[in-house]
Amino acid sequence: MFSDEILKEVDAIVAKYPDPRSALMPILHLAQRELGWVSPEAQEWAAERLELTPAMVMGVTTFYTMYNTAPVGKHLLQLCRTLSCELRDSPSIRERIKERLGIGPGETTEDGRFTLVEVECLGACGTAPAMMVGEDYHENLTPERVDEILNSLS
Amino acid sequence: MAAFEPVLTRVVGMDDSHTLPVYEREGGYQALRQALKSDPASIVETVKESGLRGRGGAGFPCGMKWGFLPDPAQNPKPRYLVCNADESEPGTFKDRVILRDNPHLLLEGCAVSSFALGAHHCFIYIRGEYAAEARILERAIAEAKEAGHLGTNIHGSGFDLEIIVHRGGGAYICGEETALLESLEGKRGYPRIKPPFPAVVGLYGCPTVINNVETLACVPSIIERGAEWFAAIGPDRNTGPKLYCVSGHVERPGVYEGPMGMPFAELLEEHCGGVWKGRKLKAMVPGGSSTPVLTAEEAMGVNMDFDSLATAGSMFGSAATIVMDETVDMVQVAFNLIRFYHHESCGQCTPCREGCGWLEKIIGRFTEGRGRREDLDTILDICDNIAFKTVCPLGDAARMPIESYVKKYRHEFEARIPGAAVAVKGE
Repeated sequence: MFSDEILKEVDAIVAKYPDPRSALMPILHLAQRELGWVSPEAQEWAAERLELTPAMVMGVTTFYTMYNTAPVGKHLLQLCRTLSCELRDSPSIRERIKERLGIGPGETTEDGRFTLVEVECLGACGTAPAMMVGEDYHENLTPERVDEILNSLS
Repeated sequence: MAAFEPVLTRVVGMDDSHTLPVYEREGGYQALRQALKSDPASIVETVKESGLRGRGGAGFPCGMKWGFLPDPAQNPKPRYLVCNADESEPGTFKDRVILRDNPHLLLEGCAVSSFALGAHHCFIYIRGEYAAEARILERAIAEAKEAGHLGTNIHGSGFDLEIIVHRGGGAYICGEETALLESLEGKRGYPRIKPPFPAVVGLYGCPTVINNVETLACVPSIIERGAEWFAAIGPDRNTGPKLYCVSGHVERPGVYEGPMGMPFAELLEEHCGGVWKGRKLKAMVPGGSSTPVLTAEEAMGVNMDFDSLATAGSMFGSAATIVMDETVDMVQVAFNLIRFYHHESCGQCTPCREGCGWLEKIIGRFTEGRGRREDLDTILDICDNIAFKTVCPLGDAARMPIESYVKKYRHEFEARIPGAAVAVKGE
C-alpha cells in the first residue's frame, strides 16, 4: 500500500507513543497526505498495522472532520463559517468562490481540481475571514484576494 | 503600579522569534536550569502561591490542579503532562501566537512543569488545522533536544523528558480535557464521566495533568521572577499577564497582552482602535462564543478577569472577545452559534445532541422570518433541558449563549414572528 520510506515513517510514529493505538490519528493524517483521502483500503491497512478492528478505525475517521472519507478535489478549500468570520463577511468569500468556480459548499468542480467545504472555526478569528487551501491558511480574505489565490493554484 | 511589561509575547515581533538562538539570547531556558536544581515539590508550591489560574477557559487554580496528582508512593504508575493546544472555542486565537512565534517558551514551561510533576512524557495536543504550527513545534523540539534542554539527563540533572506533538482531527470537543485524552489514545473524542478525574485516572489510565498552552507559558516567568512578582500583576485572585484576543468589528483585531483585569473599554479603545467604521458598539462576547453576551452598556463597565465577568453574569473563558457593531442581527448571531454547537456536539448525550439540533431548527426559522410566538418559550425550555444534564460542558456551552441572546434581544426575535412584526433596525 505504501513505499518503504513511508512505512519507516509509520514505524517512527508508532515508536513515539507508550501505547501504539495513539499512533492511529497521526497514521491516518499520513495516509491522507499520501492519498488525498483515507480510502477504505488505507483504513484497513491502519487497522492491521496497529492490531485494531476496522470498526475502531472507521469510528475515528468518521468522527473527525479533517479525514476525507471520500476523494476530494486536488485543492481542498475549507472556508470558515463561524461567528468572527461571518461578522467580517465570509459569505462574500463564499459568493466569490461560487462565481469563479461554480461550486457551493460540499461540491467539487467537474475537472476535479477544486472542492469547497464550509468548516467551523479555524482559530484565525483575528484575521477573519479565513480559509484553508490544503494545509495552508489564507487570512484577511477579500474577494480580490480570493481571485489571486485561485489564480495561483495549478 | 509599574508599567506592564509583556511576558508571554516579549519576543514576538523580533526576527526569528521562534528559533532557539533568539529565545536563548533573550534569557530563555534559565528558568529550566534553575528549576532542575530545586525540589519539585517547591515548584508546585511556588505555582500555587503565584495564584496562576488556568487560561483555557475554566480558570481553575493551576497549582491546586497539580496538587491533585496522587503520591507516587501510593500510585507508582507513570504520570503524564498534556498540553491542551486544541484552541477551538470560536473567537480564540491566542495560543496560536505562542505556538507560532514563541514556541520555546511553551517548551520551557512544559519542561519545568513536567519536572515539578515527575512526568517523563509530555504530549502537546494541537488542533489538526494548525499544521504549520505543529511543524514549528517539531523543529523547536529538535533544537531544544540538540541543545540539551530536552531528552535524556537534561543539563546533567538525571531528569529525562520527551515532548510529543500530537495533531487532532478537527473536533471542537477535543478541547474538553477527557475527550482530548480519548483522542490522544486513538479513539473518538467522547468525554469521560468524572470522577475519576484525570489527575488520578487520565491518559492510559495513569495520573495526568492537562494544562492550556498559555497556562504553561506562564510557568517559566513564575520560577524565574517569583510567585510574588506574578501575584502582584492584576487584581486579587486574578493574577498574572494575560493574552486577550479580540475579533469582530474593531479597527485592529488581534492578540494583545496586558495585565489580568484590563477594563474592556481600554482594550477596545486603546488597543483595538475602537469599533470599526466609526460605528457604535452593540454587544460584546467576553470569553469565547459559549460565554453569555453583554450589551454595550454592560460591556463598557466590565474588567476582563474571571471574577469581574462572573459578577457581570458572563464568563472570562479564554478571553476571546468578539465585538459586534450596531448593524449586527442578533438572531443571525444566535443561529450561527447554535449551528456550530450542533455540528460539534459529539452525540454521546441525548440532551445536547437532540437539543442543539432542535435549537438550530427553531432559530433557523426565525432567521427566515417564520418564528412562532410559542417558539421563544420552547427555546428556553430546551435550554433548561440541556442545562447540567450532560457528561461534559459542551451542552452548557451551547445553551448559555442562546439563553442570553433570547433574553437580552428578545425583541429582535419577536420581530421575526409573522403578524407580530415590529420594525427593528439595530439598537
